[in-house]
Amino acid sequence: MEFEPVIGLEVHAELQTESKMFCACPVVDSTQAAPNTTVCPVCAGMPGALPVLNQKAVAYGLRVALALECEVNRISIFARKNYFYPDLPKGYQISQYELPLAEHGHLLIQTSEGEERIRIRRVHLEEDTGKLTHVEGGSLLDLNRAGVPLLEIVSEPDLRSVEAARAYGEALRAILRYLEVNSGDMEKGVIRFEANVSVRPKGSRELGTRVEIKNLNSFRALERAVSFEIERQSRILAAGGVIEQETLGWDEARQATYSQRSKEDAHDYRYFPEPDLPPLVIADEWVEQVRAALPELPRQKSSRFMQQYGLSAYDAALLTAEKEVALYFEAAVQALPASVSPKMLVNWLTGDMFALLNQSGGLSGLGRIPPANLAGLVKLVAEDEINAATGKEVLAEMFAGGQSAEEIVQRRGLRQVSDSALIAALVRQVLEECPAEVAAYRSGKETVMNWLFGQVMRRAAGKANPQVVRRELERQLKV
Amino acid sequence: MSKPANEWTALTLTQACAAIHKGEFSPLEFTHACLERIETLEPRLNAFLHIAGEAALAQAAKTDPASPLPLPIAVKDVLTVENMPCTCGSKILEGFVPPYTATAVKRLQEAGAIVIGKTNTDEFAMGSSTENSAYRVTHNPWDLSRVPGGSSGGSAAAVAARLVPAALGTDTGGSIRQPASFCGLTGLKPTYGRVPRYGLVAYGSSLDCAGVLAQSAEDAALVFSLMAGHDPLDATSADVPLPALTLKVEGSLPLRGLRIGVPQEYFISGIQPGVERTVKNAIEQLSHLGAEVQQVSLPHTEYALPVYYIIAPAEASANLARFDGIRYGPREQAESLWEVYIRTRGRRFGAEVERRIMLGTYALSAGYYDAFYGQAQKARTLIRRDFEQVFEQVDLIAAPVAPTTAFPIGAHGDDPLAMYLEDIFTLPANLAGVPGLAFPVGFDENGLPVGLQLMGPHFREDLLLQVAHAYQQTTDWHLKRPPIDNK
Repeated sequence: MEFEPVIGLEVHAELQTESKMFCACPVVDSTQAAPNTTVCPVCAGMPGALPVLNQKAVAYGLRVALALECEVNRISIFARKNYFYPDLPKGYQISQYELPLAEHGHLLIQTSEGEERIRIRRVHLEEDTGKLTHVEGGSLLDLNRAGVPLLEIVSEPDLRSVEAARAYGEALRAILRYLEVNSGDMEKGVIRFEANVSVRPKGSRELGTRVEIKNLNSFRALERAVSFEIERQSRILAAGGVIEQETLGWDEARQATYSQRSKEDAHDYRYFPEPDLPPLVIADEWVEQVRAALPELPRQKSSRFMQQYGLSAYDAALLTAEKEVALYFEAAVQALPASVSPKMLVNWLTGDMFALLNQSGGLSGLGRIPPANLAGLVKLVAEDEINAATGKEVLAEMFAGGQSAEEIVQRRGLRQVSDSALIAALVRQVLEECPAEVAAYRSGKETVMNWLFGQVMRRAAGKANPQVVRRELERQLKV
Repeated sequence: MSKPANEWTALTLTQACAAIHKGEFSPLEFTHACLERIETLEPRLNAFLHIAGEAALAQAAKTDPASPLPLPIAVKDVLTVENMPCTCGSKILEGFVPPYTATAVKRLQEAGAIVIGKTNTDEFAMGSSTENSAYRVTHNPWDLSRVPGGSSGGSAAAVAARLVPAALGTDTGGSIRQPASFCGLTGLKPTYGRVPRYGLVAYGSSLDCAGVLAQSAEDAALVFSLMAGHDPLDATSADVPLPALTLKVEGSLPLRGLRIGVPQEYFISGIQPGVERTVKNAIEQLSHLGAEVQQVSLPHTEYALPVYYIIAPAEASANLARFDGIRYGPREQAESLWEVYIRTRGRRFGAEVERRIMLGTYALSAGYYDAFYGQAQKARTLIRRDFEQVFEQVDLIAAPVAPTTAFPIGAHGDDPLAMYLEDIFTLPANLAGVPGLAFPVGFDENGLPVGLQLMGPHFREDLLLQVAHAYQQTTDWHLKRPPIDNK
């Protein structure tokens, strides 16, 4: 029997406000800051301390809710989620339960199946917990992260493949970054996933028993854990077994899920309205103000790029996946003469430039070549001033040294030779020196052509216009 | 004419302030006098959990005599004061010293007040006799064999014995008004949200109010006016302007035009005859002063007790979760995390606190929430509406504070329900969020003080204080002193 997975994702995204959700402590990079340096009576859960809502966190939450086309609840309620753990200072987490910030949104994603519309069930605000580190002989508690605003974004179980789950995660991350509410630094834990996974016989309309996989902190872990579960559950069902409803963890070392809690041990969080915070009332004007200030989002940008620059859907998606890349591309394209195709710029940017970025540690390297300089390089190639091979070499030097293509080409005398008389002389010389190869070619061994081409290019120190060389070679050999 | 030092502490707060403003004595001298009196009487009263003598003298020496309140006060030990222990009457906070001061206290300090110590309380303010303190039993200055009421019993005993001219208390279900009544004091529970809760260790967050216990309406008005007002650190504090609190009495019928409602539901079987008689006499006195008294009905009053004992414990079960021995307070050692929790909380919370945590946890549990917490919230709305409707007919409500006068220590020892009934007349004001004032209006046959309770619309503390002041201008119950100096 063939099985189909049904996947829903809960995404926890930190909102990078200046101060925490309910106190004035600054939000810091908790992977870098010295432990317990941004802690006050409120976020340490000291007796008598009270939470006061950070309006900026609400505004950030609204941005995301509106970008996901949610309906914003004009009155939403904070609730206490009760459980004991040392990283939870108050013994309850302030979250939202009934009446979340926003509901009923959707996100469009692109997979190999085409475009898919994933419904968003709810978007709500809550506070982060502290961080517990277990060491020999005890545990260490860092409360820097306690009280940092989080946005929980819950999808409906609309995802039908690992690919879709990843695409959803990536699309959401891109939106959070476009909205400037989250850095997207997955390795710093600013976006965390929880996946609800079940499988069912293909074609069935009923949902199977689901498991919840907690604390997936990278796209890789998300993919691996979800596909592990799909396989595990399919195997059990195929063998006539039943799936246990449970909460699972992901063991990175073993690359396997493991049971954390069975259904019987499920927490009763005893949610009830937080009496320390009045209902959150959001005026229509506020919603409209936030909506009006929304930036262009990845999908909008992508379709505009297709229209405005004549790019393929693939290229447009590639360029808009990261906000910095999209901005870089647009800045570069402005500097490109109208005679040069933007597609050529895209190829240089997503090909050789991306390769250099990947080798050097990521997007932060974009700044090493000003966009206008990349356009300058593409222009030189497009106008046959240099050939593609020289272009690659020049790009690497631009990346390393910060000079413009023009400067490098000038200084190193790399400008391409297209003068046909000069090239004809070089070709003649090579053909005279290599009678055996010429004879071989004429006797039908056409691949010798490439070898002869290489010889000419070497004589020209790589600067000869390859098209002219090829044309001249063909002409003289035919004689 | 100046009084001798040993009579300074007999002054009301307003009188003592005036004397300091006139230069008759200094804040330091007055603080000395209070500390001496504490030294003499505290062994018989057990009003304090912590006496900050040195700090108070140091502070008094710096206090500007011209400030509005250049006097020592006592603070119930559920309000935090920087660098002063705060135990909430519980072993689970033994040795805990908070690094911040409650907003209400801070405002008084900024007005010149000197915190002389922290007063005894039922553990986490859960109780009506102060017997639930994990540390000591406070005695009523009117009869040392009896309780001072609670949970602000330490503050009440301290003010009644004139150890301090006024003290702060908190009131979640009657914890200022009932001890004020038991000790012959004027005690104000403000409107919910009127006085900031920042630094008030939460018991029932939607009910908790900080307020004052003093010797007269005038005294209470002064302290209250300095504490009230919006606080950016408390999202539930109200941003409503405070009316002028200059209490005036004009003519022989100062209450003319005032409509007072007497709720029939507050005169039930079980109320002591001495209490009922005294309260009715006081209401009659108000009508002699010109008020128009009429009977009113608050039909959902009977639900106040069960509603309170669901909502307050539910909130408490979450509020007290932070006392886990992890970040502050003592920690019982154990092998596993769960054992640490179980031992620390199991050994260090008292029986009443445990009982309320259990009640609240149950009321919020899956499958029970709707039947208990959900229903209680609905009934709370009905109780609030009762008050709104009555305040369309009358300006304020007059009623007993508690069904009894101060009872003997140990009288309700093994019967929590009998103890809960003590609050039956005070709980509704907390559930409705309206202000309530208790003030002395006579004595029962045992010579124990009886209080009258006034309740008014939201944010009308001024009205309650004005009426009590008018009453106190024509009577002297509030000036009667307990026989504690006779020994």
